[in-house]
Amino acid sequence: MHKIWLIIQREYLTRVRKKSFIIMTFLTPLLLAAFMVIPAWLATISDSEDVVMVLDESGLFADKLESKEDLKIIPVAAGSLEQAKMAYQETDYTALLHIPKLDLDKPEGIRLYSKKNTSLQVKFRLENMLEKEIESQRFMASGIDRDMLNKMKANITMTTVNLSESGERDSNVWVTSGAGIVGAVIIYFFIFLYGVQIMRGVIEEKTNRIVEVMISSVKPFQLMMGKIVGIAGVGLTQFLLWVVLSTIVVGGVQAAFDIKPTPTPIEQMQAGRELATGEEAAQTEESSQASTFSEVSNAISNLNFPLLLGCFLFYFLGGYLLYGSLFGAIGAAVDNETDTQQFMFPITIPLIISFIMSYTVVIQNPDGPVAFWMSIIPFTSPIVMMVRIPFGVPVSELLLSMGLLILGFIFTTWIASRIYRVGILMYGKKINYKELSKWLFYRV
Amino acid sequence: MSILKIDGVTKRYANHTALDNVSFDIPAGCIFGLLGPNGAGKTSLIRIITQITGADSGEIYFKGEKLRPSHIKDMGYLPEERGLYKKMKVGEQLLYLAQLKGLTKEEATARIKEWVARFEIKEWMNKHIEDLSKGMQQKVQFMATVMHQPSLIILDEPFSGFDPINANLIKDEILRLRDNGATIIFSTHRMESVEELCDNIALINRSRKVLDGPVREIKDTYKTDTYQVIGNGQLMVTSPDFEVLEQHSNHGVFRASIRLLDGASPNDLLRYLIQRVEVHSFIELVPSINDIFIRKVKETYHA
Repeated sequence: MHKIWLIIQREYLTRVRKKSFIIMTFLTPLLLAAFMVIPAWLATISDSEDVVMVLDESGLFADKLESKEDLKIIPVAAGSLEQAKMAYQETDYTALLHIPKLDLDKPEGIRLYSKKNTSLQVKFRLENMLEKEIESQRFMASGIDRDMLNKMKANITMTTVNLSESGERDSNVWVTSGAGIVGAVIIYFFIFLYGVQIMRGVIEEKTNRIVEVMISSVKPFQLMMGKIVGIAGVGLTQFLLWVVLSTIVVGGVQAAFDIKPTPTPIEQMQAGRELATGEEAAQTEESSQASTFSEVSNAISNLNFPLLLGCFLFYFLGGYLLYGSLFGAIGAAVDNETDTQQFMFPITIPLIISFIMSYTVVIQNPDGPVAFWMSIIPFTSPIVMMVRIPFGVPVSELLLSMGLLILGFIFTTWIASRIYRVGILMYGKKINYKELSKWLFYRV
Repeated sequence: MSILKIDGVTKRYANHTALDNVSFDIPAGCIFGLLGPNGAGKTSLIRIITQITGADSGEIYFKGEKLRPSHIKDMGYLPEERGLYKKMKVGEQLLYLAQLKGLTKEEATARIKEWVARFEIKEWMNKHIEDLSKGMQQKVQFMATVMHQPSLIILDEPFSGFDPINANLIKDEILRLRDNGATIIFSTHRMESVEELCDNIALINRSRKVLDGPVREIKDTYKTDTYQVIGNGQLMVTSPDFEVLEQHSNHGVFRASIRLLDGASPNDLLRYLIQRVEVHSFIELVPSINDIFIRKVKETYHA
């Protein structure tokens, strides 16, 4: 036990002291901060207003199109389209909107001229304005009062609530999915990044020829486990440092620049949908966004964090140990990194499949059969189960999955140690699967 | 007393037998040569002794006890394929390897200091292994092998890769360790390189032991009572006690190999020669281990 501890220490310390580790550890939170600051900063500088010239030949929209804070409307005095175009050419306005004589029942032929491509946003907003105006005119024509109609419209936001034994909790599908996906992505990348480090470490020991010196002092199994555990420590250290540093950096940036958190993609999507439903939404956008925000933060605070974090650590370590020992075995079986491809393939396939499935099938139907089986089978469970957990997984399933994961990594570690003890002393021989399977039962 | 008793060890791999019922003793406090051509089974035997692999049958006794894992820390092993962690500093590396052999950090640090002083390598301690020359790396590796003061030191092809100066340094260290009570096993296919160092040897060929015992005894057994004489004059041997095997003459200087027959002593030959020619040199022609090995192998195959 003392020896394995020495090995763990060496594996850990040599990696943590590496420049690449230190750079990665400190750079990532800075990049994260940059991701926050740069869009916010860009938003403040690119707050230029769009100016649109309007040539209204129909006369329907005169005075009706109003300038907004960042979208200015300049009506063009009556004249031909050609004249207007020429006038537009001389300005640096965003676009020229041409409304020909219109049939209210069939509004066609409206054109937007611009020197550069206009942004979608400007186009949508103009379309919205025109649609609304045409609708109003149609209402008037059919004798319906616009204000009356507005009063009759209903606007509903549903709050989703989880009914469980522990009581009612506000939930948010986006938050729930997000929390799981984040955990799954982190596990996926850590298994890959650090699994490959194990493999490289073993290959390094083999090519350095230190391995025979080592195993005349310690057992091959100790050497392998020491490396796996040591590198796990490196991974956890890096992860914790990222969490801590990110919190500090993000907090610092927020305080320094006084920016609100940029809206998450979820909020932007919701805001987008609301925008599409028309003007009313725009009017209530402010309040709705506020309510979305509170809903999201409510849902976040209602996630079961201890459970989520506990499961994350378990699946993080379990998945890492399961795959890590296999990566170690690959390292032992080959002489150099270029030979690893054929053995890497079967290991990476279940990882990649579970990663892809987790944000497609699993997220859409977290209680479906695919999600269920993939979260039970040890090779896919570390990633898939993380996605399912925020949606609520029965304790029995969770225990089954965890139990199988433990059995799984005991099994892969056994296989790996068998391959390892033969492989590390084998040089200059191209290994295939048949050879590898023989090693499992060699008496050494 | 023997420090290591190898008793009927057999080791088979998938399609060949590496060791076939090999038995011999290694006396404590000697330098023991484990000799044989490449692929004879030397490294397989060493790996069994160092418990990297296990024997299929047969036993090994270390200081009279059946070999067990705790014996590992009383052995030092320098494998033929040498290597160190390239990115580690010399001092850290030595400390690490010594601790893995069971030394405490304090003991290890003290020993390292001792060796650093002996090899005068203080300025290397903070260098990375990859920045050292090959010879320096070998020295570090040798230190790592003997740092924990094992009573059995196993060196596989120890001089390959050493320049003559460092090879001599290592030779002196080996003799010093032997004088301090350690037993050293040399494994090599270059038999002439260890002849003058070894007290005892075992010859292995094609997974079988061919011969073992103290070098002097073996040489006595295989010596042919042949002497080489160089001198001036016309050599004509007519005595029935001596047989001339070979004779060359050049400008009155002759060189001859003469064998003693039935109980004649070297002095008899010398006396006989002095009366007839001027003797400049008189040396016993002792067979080299290499010669003995070749003879023995031939015998085994012809028998």
